[in-house]
Amino acid sequence: MQIGMLHYLIVAALLFVIGMVGVITRRNVVIIFMSIELMLSAVNLNLLAFSRMYGLHGQVFALFIAADAAAEAAVGLGILIAFFRNRATVNVDEVDLLKW
Amino acid sequence: MTPIATPFFFYFLAGIAVISAIVMVTKVSPVHSALALIVTLLACAGLYLMLYAPFMAGVQIVLYAGGILVMFLFVMMLVNIEHLYVEKMLNRQWKFGLAATLIMAVLMLGALIDGFRSLPQQLVEISEQNNVQQIGQLLYGSKGGYYMFPFEIASILLLVAVVGAVVMAKRRV
Repeated sequence: MQIGMLHYLIVAALLFVIGMVGVITRRNVVIIFMSIELMLSAVNLNLLAFSRMYGLHGQVFALFIAADAAAEAAVGLGILIAFFRNRATVNVDEVDLLKW
Repeated sequence: MTPIATPFFFYFLAGIAVISAIVMVTKVSPVHSALALIVTLLACAGLYLMLYAPFMAGVQIVLYAGGILVMFLFVMMLVNIEHLYVEKMLNRQWKFGLAATLIMAVLMLGALIDGFRSLPQQLVEISEQNNVQQIGQLLYGSKGGYYMFPFEIASILLLVAVVGAVVMAKRRV
């Protein structure tokens, strides 16, 4: 069976949904960051599949998304270190100061 | 232009990517999750190669597997993870979250399968030989270069991210 672009889009959707499960259900903030990276990578896969249909602009956009993921990881891990230093935990549901 | 053994390699790489993504989400230890995430990202790089994007595949390997994951492992050395094995892995609302994501998955797959016919079926000819050159022409070219200004904005974004990371990781916040 010939592999069409639909297969790639389905794989990207599956990876995105798995990353979303990680973001929503896990408590550990490191794994939440890694799930966000997985979701960004799934978006990149989607963009490259569409660039196969519409031309090379999708690859340039995927490049921008990669730069964005690097910036997000740097700032997020900085926030994580500050968070761990202040609260001595890495669980997101123990930081509920704004809920009360 | 059609490459050899495409279905086998597609299912191989897609299976590795999805399975190790599931492993990443379900493992308790963040170090195991990071290793599974490396496998997923490398399989994604293989899928990028199959989509005629060798430059993005290289960027994926160098940036994600080489840079971001090393940074994750570095941070995991700084934070204490000894007590993770005795406390709960999932948060309180995980059942509702899982149900919501499954509904989202069904919606996305339904929209893809239902709406795929409206997309162009004819694939664009992308030459693999000068992929980097063509991306560079799109980024910086005097004629047909659309992305000069977004590129500068991305550099500003990276500068702000560097300053923000340094400020966040300072001794007193």
